[in-house]
Amino acid sequence: MKRRDFLLNTIPAAAILPEVINGYSVKAFNINSPLVQALMRGTTLTDHVLVIIQLSGGNDGLNMVIPIDAMYSNYFNARSNVAIPQNKVLPIAGVATTGIHTVMTGLQSLFTEGKAKVIQAVGYPQPNFSHFRATDIWMSGSNSNQEVYSGWAGRYLNYEYPNFPSGYPTTAMPDPLAIQIGSSTTLTSQGPTANMGMSITNPTTFYNLISGTTDPAPSTPAGKELTYIRTVNQQTQQYSTVIKNAANLITQQAPYPTNNSLGDQLKIVARLISGGLKTRVYMVSTGGFDTHSVQVNSGDTTTGNHANLLKRVSDAIKAFQDDLKFQGVEDRVVGMTYSEFGRRIKSNSSTGTDHGAAAPMFLFGSKIESGMLGVNPTIPANASVNDNIPMQYDFRSIYATLLEKWFCLDKTIVDSLFPPNVNTQLQSLPLLKAGACSGITPPPPTDTNSLITNYPNPFTSGTTIKFKTQGGRTLIQIIDTLGRVIKVPVDTDYASSGTYTIPFDGEGLPSGVYYARFQNGVTQQVRAMLKVRE
Amino acid sequence: MDRKDFLTGLKRKAKTVPATVNTQSFRTNSGINIYTGAWTEQEIVHLLKRTMFGAKKGDVDYFKTKTMSQTVDELLNPTAPNPAPPIKEYTTSTQPGTPDGNIAQGTTWVNDINNDGTVQSQRRASYKKWLTGNMINQDRSIKEKMLMFLIDKFGNEAGDIGNGNWVYRQQDLIRQNVLGNYKSLVTNITKDIAMLRYLNGYLNQASAPDENYARELMELFTLGKGPGSQYTENDVKEAAKVLTGWQVNTTTYTTVFTSSRHSTVNKTFSSFFNNTVITGRTGATAGDLELTDLINMIFAQQEVAKYIVRKFYRWFVYYEIDAATETNVITPLADIFRSSNYELKPMLAALFKSEHFFDQLNRGCMIKNPADHIIGSLREMNTSFPVASDWDTSYGLWNTFYSWMVLTGQNLHDPPNVSGMPAYYQEPSFHELWINSDSLPKRNQFTDFMINSGYVRNGFRVRFDCVEFAKTLSNPGNPNDLMEEALSILYRNDLLPQTKGQIKTQILLTGQQYDYYWTNAWAAYISNPTTANYNTVNLRLKTLFQYFFNLSEYQLA
Repeated sequence: MKRRDFLLNTIPAAAILPEVINGYSVKAFNINSPLVQALMRGTTLTDHVLVIIQLSGGNDGLNMVIPIDAMYSNYFNARSNVAIPQNKVLPIAGVATTGIHTVMTGLQSLFTEGKAKVIQAVGYPQPNFSHFRATDIWMSGSNSNQEVYSGWAGRYLNYEYPNFPSGYPTTAMPDPLAIQIGSSTTLTSQGPTANMGMSITNPTTFYNLISGTTDPAPSTPAGKELTYIRTVNQQTQQYSTVIKNAANLITQQAPYPTNNSLGDQLKIVARLISGGLKTRVYMVSTGGFDTHSVQVNSGDTTTGNHANLLKRVSDAIKAFQDDLKFQGVEDRVVGMTYSEFGRRIKSNSSTGTDHGAAAPMFLFGSKIESGMLGVNPTIPANASVNDNIPMQYDFRSIYATLLEKWFCLDKTIVDSLFPPNVNTQLQSLPLLKAGACSGITPPPPTDTNSLITNYPNPFTSGTTIKFKTQGGRTLIQIIDTLGRVIKVPVDTDYASSGTYTIPFDGEGLPSGVYYARFQNGVTQQVRAMLKVRE
Repeated sequence: MDRKDFLTGLKRKAKTVPATVNTQSFRTNSGINIYTGAWTEQEIVHLLKRTMFGAKKGDVDYFKTKTMSQTVDELLNPTAPNPAPPIKEYTTSTQPGTPDGNIAQGTTWVNDINNDGTVQSQRRASYKKWLTGNMINQDRSIKEKMLMFLIDKFGNEAGDIGNGNWVYRQQDLIRQNVLGNYKSLVTNITKDIAMLRYLNGYLNQASAPDENYARELMELFTLGKGPGSQYTENDVKEAAKVLTGWQVNTTTYTTVFTSSRHSTVNKTFSSFFNNTVITGRTGATAGDLELTDLINMIFAQQEVAKYIVRKFYRWFVYYEIDAATETNVITPLADIFRSSNYELKPMLAALFKSEHFFDQLNRGCMIKNPADHIIGSLREMNTSFPVASDWDTSYGLWNTFYSWMVLTGQNLHDPPNVSGMPAYYQEPSFHELWINSDSLPKRNQFTDFMINSGYVRNGFRVRFDCVEFAKTLSNPGNPNDLMEEALSILYRNDLLPQTKGQIKTQILLTGQQYDYYWTNAWAAYISNPTTANYNTVNLRLKTLFQYFFNLSEYQLA
């Protein structure tokens, strides 16, 4: 399974709304349909990497990215007990109207180097103020009122690497598709049927993996057996060897800040990227942003809890970017921060801020078009407790742009990775420098020779599929017009090239078009087979 | 026709190192004095995980109202009737000549004589599914685990025996004696038709004695090869002569004694058996009379009780038997076993009520066998199965879990050879043999699969329902209590507080620092169980339980 079955696998029957059914499935596909086009496409050959930094808790974006134009007085009035003094706001290169929090000197220098971008007021319609629900929305890319059980990055990876984890690792993709530093893989990397990511519980786990040690266990029989199982566990992590090898290639890294948990995670990410892993997506996180109270020290609002959090983020990103440059891989990496929501414009009386809506995001990397996208949010002169920052950019457009302009997917494919009521509104935004996708090998054009045929066609109960493999892993999926893989008659490694035939039994299937999708190396072909009544 | 002997003889060469003396500082000196310490959930879970398949919360709660002694007695004295026999759930072949059309689907085949190879392979499969179902539906007693132990102990391979009815009957013989008298079980299993077939007893005759069964009787079923066991090769030969004449009637599925095939000479044993002479007999009763003499002679040896008790110890406590354990546990338990004339219950009661059994050092150190892992997790997660009358669905699902046990290294009633599963005898690794680079990822795949999709047959889905499981806990709205209570069922070894904190924050709280976010999400679901509210808690609970199952700690009982 299963490219393109976002639709069918992500929404359980009980939750399907009638219009969703219409939007998704009741279509007749022909050879030019996006479904068939997508099925025919190979894996995009790119060495680009995306690093996703999650700021858990709902980051107060308004104290991170601050207006320094005429809007400042409204900003100050709305939250005088937490507001950053105007003269303490750090200016950022090329942006006259807006600055960043006093402590974010690291990010400030990335702006100066032309490697950072802020996107103002990112959100989505009908924002949800629950941490859990809002996080699920951000990770899945769903609408506010929609339940989607796969992640946006998971669907992307599933598109590029169908059938994962069956048959992986492969020669072409020997490495994890995505790596999460944290206890478990998240919804972000959840594909339609399998999670596309692996997790590294914490930095200690990572260093244990590299050194081949396990966590200490008591000197009891239970401890003895636990150590034994842990050792086997470590040895059998599917990707432990490739990770170990990649990490061991890097013996020197640029300095990272100490006592910075995000920096610890990014240091590992930099090591794995520069060590040569082909992993496309890394996910790290840092928490504590749920600053309902004592967000700042009242004596000096540029210090305190939120300032510490932002300094941690800024210092870690700066060190990471410097390290990528030191390793010579910075042109391959783009990073992004997000939080499940921003906070209210008006502060509360406990020198804190409550759950809000849209908030700014940062992008960083040498291929980022530096500066600011959007404008300072409109802040009312007399902000009330219910006032929220209106959305300027839909977060799904950020994802879509990264998929299109960084992972170099065709726009129609990008659209197909989002629910239909979302994908009609996705924007392609100016986030990356022009040409980020040049030099990327697009999937090879469809071979004009017929590599897969069937006879008879149309057929009534059964037909014979004939295919020509170049050897190596060969996959044939039978896909119905809903995009569901209904059978996988071939998933085999062939020692050498050759032409083979297999019978296909269509007994019991409704009549209609079925697509036999052939995949071998970088080649894909789709054969439309028509089942008719006797 | 001594293939079994030949093969197993080769395979078993490595294991005949005497079991004992590997003194490690962390072993204990505690013995079989009655345990008088605390009787809390901790102790109950320990006892249940060792004597049943998993510790179900309902069972744990039930035994909280009993004392330790009452609990052990209850586990050793099952009152539930034995399960109804396996049924024909397979389809009668439409091939002409396949002749079991006389039995209707849904009715039992165990009394139907049929020597067709296809039919018998279907019956063996039916039997395995049924055995798995009995484990899943076990009563609140040690019975099913003892049955698995004794079937393994006698080491017969169903696939080798071939006839499913015979295999079933061997199981039934063991089941009838599962908490009875070990000596009489050995006597009866000597004449069991499956055993006669498996260890060539049916070929053993005066003119051509076959030593296969006689050898395993001493080496595996009674005396072992430890330093306390000094029987000789000639003793094996003489015992084989005692056992001549037994055959199987393949048209009635009964044991037959053919006196003309019996060796009527006197059988003389070594000094280890005090130079006992078993008088050669003639006539129809010769076989039984001499067998009785032989069993009496063997069971008169001190070593029998010790050897068998060590087997129990390795199955229920831990595999390492050091000098202190030998002196403080094995020897006194063997004395009880012997003085009760090899009744199993008094010895087992003494073991499970002992200080040694409840010793902290003996807790959480048992690597789960596949049955403990697969069946135990199904039971601990309160997995729902179809009603018994829906036999097609039931057998189909049981087959799935039977197959998972095979995939992870344990084929019920089909061990690799007559020695049984290597994890219970193979020095020095023992239980660690269950966990390797093939089996461990598969164990994780199993629990992943059960959490994420489960298995469907005839529209009935069997899966781990994490939300329903959470509802059985006393305070699922509190993330700390939820985790503690779930872990008290699932784990025997506590996680470090910082590990628990990390798991809670990253999974249940989705990175948030306040517990009330989980509390609110749970409360919202309970008061208003919409799809959206359900999904919010289900997504997090699934991730949490998947993580618990994947940590190494889950492999220990």
